[in-house]
Amino acid sequence: MKLPYLPDHDDSSFFDFLTKHYPGLTPGGHGQLPAVEQTRSVGPMAVPQATTVLAIKYQAGVVIAGDRRATEGFQIADRRIEKVFKIDEWSAMAIAGAAGPCIEMAKLFQTELEHYEKLEGMVLSCEGKANKLGQMVKANLPMVFQGLVVMPLYVGYDVKREEGRIFKYDITGGRYEESDYHAIGSGGKDARNTMREHFRKNLSEAEALKLALLSLYNAADDDVGTGGPDLIRGIYPTAKFVTAQGIADVGDDQLKAVYDDMITARRSRET
Amino acid sequence: MAMPYYVSPEQMMQDKAEYARKGIAKGRSIIAMEYVDGILLTADNPSASLHKVSEIYDNIAFAGAGKYSEFENLRKAGIRHADLKGFMYSREDVTGRSLANGYSQSLGTVFSQEMKPLEVEILVVQAGANNHPNEIYRISFDGSIIDEEHFAVIGGRSEAVQALLKDKSPSHAPLLNVALKLCVEALEQTANQKLQPEGLEVAVLDRTRTGRKFRRLSVGDVRQILSS
Repeated sequence: MKLPYLPDHDDSSFFDFLTKHYPGLTPGGHGQLPAVEQTRSVGPMAVPQATTVLAIKYQAGVVIAGDRRATEGFQIADRRIEKVFKIDEWSAMAIAGAAGPCIEMAKLFQTELEHYEKLEGMVLSCEGKANKLGQMVKANLPMVFQGLVVMPLYVGYDVKREEGRIFKYDITGGRYEESDYHAIGSGGKDARNTMREHFRKNLSEAEALKLALLSLYNAADDDVGTGGPDLIRGIYPTAKFVTAQGIADVGDDQLKAVYDDMITARRSRET
Repeated sequence: MAMPYYVSPEQMMQDKAEYARKGIAKGRSIIAMEYVDGILLTADNPSASLHKVSEIYDNIAFAGAGKYSEFENLRKAGIRHADLKGFMYSREDVTGRSLANGYSQSLGTVFSQEMKPLEVEILVVQAGANNHPNEIYRISFDGSIIDEEHFAVIGGRSEAVQALLKDKSPSHAPLLNVALKLCVEALEQTANQKLQPEGLEVAVLDRTRTGRKFRRLSVGDVRQILSS
């Protein structure tokens, strides 16, 4: 059936719809590949991923958190950027990499899941969502050769299994499930070190939040690309709980309380 | 050489319209009615999984009567159009009016150019926010578009239902339970049978909700509202 303004299409994926009919709107920027010679001459690239985002499983689900700093070389580009996004009622995603394409991919992924839900009349499974995100990361591969990396960390509450799940990715779209916790970005390693020392199974919500913020604090301590809590401006990391009840934002008051305790404890060690 | 038959354009259009009308009248009716918090959509639909009413966007819903495969295609095209527009521009730029226009164009083109017209009648409704009025558009098989007030009926014996509601409908938007009872009564009277909650498909665009306003009412919800 031909419909004016509404191109003929037969697929439940919004991403595939864009790729086919509006390729210029996809983050992969299809058809805008650089020449091969040009790509090669770049050589091994230092990929800017100035960020720390992390996820930790606990009793009721997963806590996902990220710092707020965006950098341009040695300059701070933004102090309040959001790197953790609510994707739908049961999942959230945090990103590391080039800010523009990252935010675009989060927005596209939100639309993708909502689109599928409306067309099919049901929500994708947690596994299905994670796989779809993998395909989107894979489609972004051409941009990686131009230095525009998008690296997501995806967490979802699996309604069927009744547990929170964490997925990490590589630039080729490879998808790997983490059993306990994970962190990515330039400060990811520092955050993982902290989490490795303090993580245990079945943390309470408060403990999981405290560990997430401690890990971010330690990452900011060692990594220039990661921002710590800004007590003067009142800017704190973003954190969300992903549970059977949905996605809940952690308020600034709660974050401030955790940081105040942490900072008081650290200060007492210095005197 | 075979002589082509001559059929006058008037005759052809009339035949097509008759054909489409017959197809649409075979089905059951769907009512969209304003209530205090938004718009209520009630369909006489025995199937629990093949929906006649569905969500298009934040505050826009769709209802289709007639041939399932045809209005299902229109529904999907509408969702794609809305999601694309919301992605390209902003969520608030997706409007029921532009969607209704698109549908009207599509149905009109098919009606005049294709052999077989689409045997569908559709509703595009938008719950108004921030003191904006609700919008109810009824679009017919030939692309004609009607901006309805307070309520609209499509499919089945729609004119009979419309006449019934016209007498009973209150001057200002009723409460949800009042509106639903009114709709079910009207459907029962024209169908000449008692309708069970299992045989109804009920959804609302509730402007008091945050984000997406569309919500389906479960059989339990409907039973509770009808018995209250």
